[in-house]
Amino acid sequence: MKDKILLAHGSGGKLAHELVEKSFVKALANPFLAKLDDSAVMDFSGKLAFTTDSYVVSPIFFPGGDIGKLAVYGTVNDLAMSGAKPLYLSLSFIIEEGLPQDELNEIVDSVQKAAQEAGVEIVTGDTKVVHRGSADKLFINTAGVGIIPKGVDISGSSARPEDKVLLSGSIGDHGIAVLSQREGLSFSTQLESDCAPLGSLVAEMLAVSPNIHCLRDPTRGGLATSLNELAKQSKVSIRIEEEKIPIGEEVLAACEMLGFDPLYIANEGKLVAIVPAKDADKILKAMRENHYGTGAAIIGEVKAEHPGRVVMKTCLGASRIVDMLVGDLLPRIC
Amino acid sequence: MKFITEFRRSELAEGLISQIHRQSKTPVRFMEFCGGHTVTIFRYGIRQLLSKTIEMVSGPGCPVCVTANADLDKAIALSQIPEVIIATFGDMLKVPGSHSSLQKVRANDADVRVVYSTTNALEIAAENPTESVIFLGIGFETTVPTIAASILQAEERGIKNYYILSMHKLCPPAIRALLDSGEVKLDGLICPGHVSAIIGSHPWEFIARDYGIPCVVSGFEPLDILQCIDMLVAQVENGESKVEIAYRRGVRPEGNQQALKLMEQVFEPCLAEWRGIGEVPDSGLRLRKEYQHFDAELAFDIDPGPPYEPKGCICGDILRGVKTPADCKLFGKACTPEYPVGPCMVSSEGSCSAHYLYGEGFEG
Repeated sequence: MKDKILLAHGSGGKLAHELVEKSFVKALANPFLAKLDDSAVMDFSGKLAFTTDSYVVSPIFFPGGDIGKLAVYGTVNDLAMSGAKPLYLSLSFIIEEGLPQDELNEIVDSVQKAAQEAGVEIVTGDTKVVHRGSADKLFINTAGVGIIPKGVDISGSSARPEDKVLLSGSIGDHGIAVLSQREGLSFSTQLESDCAPLGSLVAEMLAVSPNIHCLRDPTRGGLATSLNELAKQSKVSIRIEEEKIPIGEEVLAACEMLGFDPLYIANEGKLVAIVPAKDADKILKAMRENHYGTGAAIIGEVKAEHPGRVVMKTCLGASRIVDMLVGDLLPRIC
Repeated sequence: MKFITEFRRSELAEGLISQIHRQSKTPVRFMEFCGGHTVTIFRYGIRQLLSKTIEMVSGPGCPVCVTANADLDKAIALSQIPEVIIATFGDMLKVPGSHSSLQKVRANDADVRVVYSTTNALEIAAENPTESVIFLGIGFETTVPTIAASILQAEERGIKNYYILSMHKLCPPAIRALLDSGEVKLDGLICPGHVSAIIGSHPWEFIARDYGIPCVVSGFEPLDILQCIDMLVAQVENGESKVEIAYRRGVRPEGNQQALKLMEQVFEPCLAEWRGIGEVPDSGLRLRKEYQHFDAELAFDIDPGPPYEPKGCICGDILRGVKTPADCKLFGKACTPEYPVGPCMVSSEGSCSAHYLYGEGFEG
């Protein structure tokens, strides 16, 4: 029989120590974690960015990723969206009893690889095990801190009329990849989640222009929801062009089949940037040169009239409103 | 061939649009029967692109929208019976019945599960032999064949805890009722694509023949709709009324014989109540006698009480094409997709939801 996580693994006793040392400290090896103190202690200077997020995606393994990778990249990306260089992460596991030990190991392994790729360290963590049915296999909470370089001031309320709207690549891949694995809905697709760390992309964009006004990663609620948030926060309208938005043929086909609009499908490795028009071309060039921005495009611009609205020129040349996502389109995709 | 982008090419659209502008002289009112078409028309802003001579009205072709409150109340009453699992397509969850919705009763401990196909529902029944699984049979001719197939499968596998609440509707009788009411005058009908994939184009012949109204079956991509409108305009300008298919890749004149056979084997037509239209003879489907042991209404004793229609909601008038969402006092105020009062705001294929989400003719 395969080893499984038991309630005792979360008890704080012997088994718990064994789990922490064997599964976590060893895999995620770094001096902060190895100390096993109650908190990680580190030096900082500069403006600090601090964020947290919880991950409850089902299934926990999906094409192109897993809940561990998602938990690292999700938090790294939230830091990057404020222009910060992501540095340190915390990692909390809430495990449903009965989770196979090798699945947990695989996820910790994936956390380690993701942290390495994103250039961050996991400096503190916690594990709880709950009764069967009190969680669904595994939930992860991460928090993260990063340092914002001098002269960078990025906020959702900074979009100005005439600014350009940039998107770093095709939309909908993550949501559709996860959905394709759902029980009762499995359809065959080559599609993989776009799950990726965006710290280096943001750093390279900032290197060519520190004047970036807004950054946002269109996760739950998709591109439409992110643009609506930015339009409302900045009290401007955003006009986008349907034909300029990169969407893969597979995502389009799956959306047609399931009755979804790709504008509302989640992404985990894409960002939207609102930048001054004069800097748009050089930022676009920098994006396209980064591994995670090769498909970048300018998709629209910011206008003063109708504040709070997002309007799209459709592929037929008409225009329509793009509203926020209403209700839950897909349950638990992140 | 790229099956999606090929049907959204702007240069082809431009050609069709200018052809429609050149051709259309007579003022006309066309109805798109199907909610799926309504969504395409709004999502791509097609109304804005047509010549001023063409008025488009939305029809009753949204299965969730036309489900009567009395039927929703039955579904909700069934969900309250102990050891009953309700299996339903997701669209139904948020639709308000007289006093509650499936979403609300689910939060109060009713076992309501969203399924993506009847196969899922049947599996739930097989896995939970001590409980009764009731599938909410909603939809037009498009969904009925798979539901019929699930009944035959349940029979074959000896699954005795699987039931159907049949709220199915047939489209052609509803269109006849709409036209007979004389409330809305039409010069052309965009016939539903998916329904026609099952029933074919022959069942629409009476509309062209008896009412002199041009009919074209359309697909769901923007170019399909534009081509269909172009063909309707051509019929009008040539003084013709016939049934044509602008969706050859999906629809054959004779329909899908195998699907039709399945439907007929398991179901028979019956009187049905449509929200907005009222009772229409032979526009519903009930299980044939030999399959009545799958009928949830016969198997369970429920009394949902008299249905109640929310005050001020004009979904009924909107479904008949007599009024538009803009005529409704609740639209966008008391009734939004987050807090829907009527079904046309809930369903993704409802007119109110399409008007609200895509903002008709917004020039911003």
